[in-house]
Amino acid sequence: MKILVPVKRVVDYNVKVRVKADGTGVETANVKMSMNPFDEIACEEAVRLKENGVATEIVAVSIGPTQCQETLRTALAIGADRAILVETGVEVQPLAVAKILRKIAEKESPQIVILGKQAIDDDSNQTGQMLAALLGWPQATFASKVKIADGAAEVTREVDGGLETVAIKLPAVVTTDLRLNEPRYVTLPNIMKAKKKQLDVVKPEDLGVDVTPRLKTLKVQEPAKRKGGALVKSVDELVDKLRNEAKAIP
Amino acid sequence: MAVLVIAEHDNASIKPATLNAVTAAQKIGGPVHILVAGSGCGGAAAAAAKIAGVAKVRVADAPHYAHPLAESLAALVVALAEGYSHLLAPATTTGKNFMPRVAALLDVAQISDIIAVESPDTFVRPIYAGNALATVQSSDRVKVVTVRTTGFDAAKGEGGSAPIEAVSAAPDPGLSRLVGQELTKSARPELTSARVIVSGGRGMGSGENFNILEALADKLGAAVGASRAAVDSGFVPNDYQVGQTGKVVAPELYIAVGISGAIQHLAGMKDSKVIVAINKDAEAPIFQVADYGLVGDLFQAVPELTEKL
Repeated sequence: MKILVPVKRVVDYNVKVRVKADGTGVETANVKMSMNPFDEIACEEAVRLKENGVATEIVAVSIGPTQCQETLRTALAIGADRAILVETGVEVQPLAVAKILRKIAEKESPQIVILGKQAIDDDSNQTGQMLAALLGWPQATFASKVKIADGAAEVTREVDGGLETVAIKLPAVVTTDLRLNEPRYVTLPNIMKAKKKQLDVVKPEDLGVDVTPRLKTLKVQEPAKRKGGALVKSVDELVDKLRNEAKAIP
Repeated sequence: MAVLVIAEHDNASIKPATLNAVTAAQKIGGPVHILVAGSGCGGAAAAAAKIAGVAKVRVADAPHYAHPLAESLAALVVALAEGYSHLLAPATTTGKNFMPRVAALLDVAQISDIIAVESPDTFVRPIYAGNALATVQSSDRVKVVTVRTTGFDAAKGEGGSAPIEAVSAAPDPGLSRLVGQELTKSARPELTSARVIVSGGRGMGSGENFNILEALADKLGAAVGASRAAVDSGFVPNDYQVGQTGKVVAPELYIAVGISGAIQHLAGMKDSKVIVAINKDAEAPIFQVADYGLVGDLFQAVPELTEKL
């Protein structure tokens, strides 16, 4: 069984992002980039499924500039078998990403596509669901546990009130939540091995996908700053302020 | 053209998040319709009809809508989409699950998690965990939008008397089914609609120590939340989590206890009206956003606070 793992290159989660002075976006020049943490969880899950004998091959795919090859090498170092870069210099929005992934999925015929529930840059939380829709496949989003047997998957999902478990037929799309697993540390020998693994590069045009953005970003601003920082000396003072100044308690 | 809000409900009543989405719909303009897809959902439909400012309630009652599975619900919404300028749902785990599926089937973009309506085609949404706000314009013929509930006041749940119209169910795609649910039982209010929230972080030290927060929460009629660090440490279940990867809340009063204030946590609570922080580390970033910070031992301060309220 083949697993497809789409991964996105994003600003590292430790970086404090800064809005560009001209309001066109956030500063990404000379900023540390990494694999989207949710996608790292997706890679890890795929590798565990392979280690458990459920999967036989893992194909990682990324969409974006040449530098996404680094992200794919990380996926290969975690344990993906080969990688595909869909190379483009333009901004690719979730619907276009899903269309590209559909083409790749049709070519590769995976039984499962596992990817992060959202990317931590645009926080859209759309791609997996859109891909499932375009393929006509079932979806299990926000997964915290994945069990696969007999051509079906049972997935426990993180939902607002707690957990729910759904049964889905394969092929299917699964999106990962934080508690699905803890990704392994990538070791040096595996990084070296990853350099030798196959990485193919294609263009969106080769796949016949129109990636023209549907949403136009008019401006990007910093949110209003909160005026905090006031300290109280005691619980008594806190109670007094909450009651008489903020009127937040009766 | 009308705006369709897809209701979140439990067949008997409407979930509060729907009311915030109705307000967003009213800001867009045009008549507001509500879709209630459920099974034996007459109670929810009747409740939807009472929401102030709603022009029509459409009800699809079929066994395969008993639980909002993305595959079934998306197929229904797509079948009903004709004639609407906008399709809206609250950005809850349910809305986030099925709405992108609707958008893709209609071949349009989705605008996720809007916090403001600038015009019928232009919306403001947070990106980078709320560290930046993007104003985006959609050129699609129908706008598929999820609404961050904290960005909009709740519409009044009473006062309306919209007509209720039955619509036919779409075929059951039969791709998925619900196996079971493990919902956290709590007598306290839900996090996303609570007026007061008491949250604990890694500083709580253990799950048992959340007892002192629960005592404070009970005194205040508050919900109990947690930071991702507390969830990752196994102190409390994930549905307690407030932050970029958990729930986004904006209560009247947010009391952060033993929470350092990582960016990802702040993203989920910084729109609260009043923020109180109790932490022994005076350098903790949470104090930068707190209206009232108390540097001290939470194991003394919290019980004392509970007693003095």
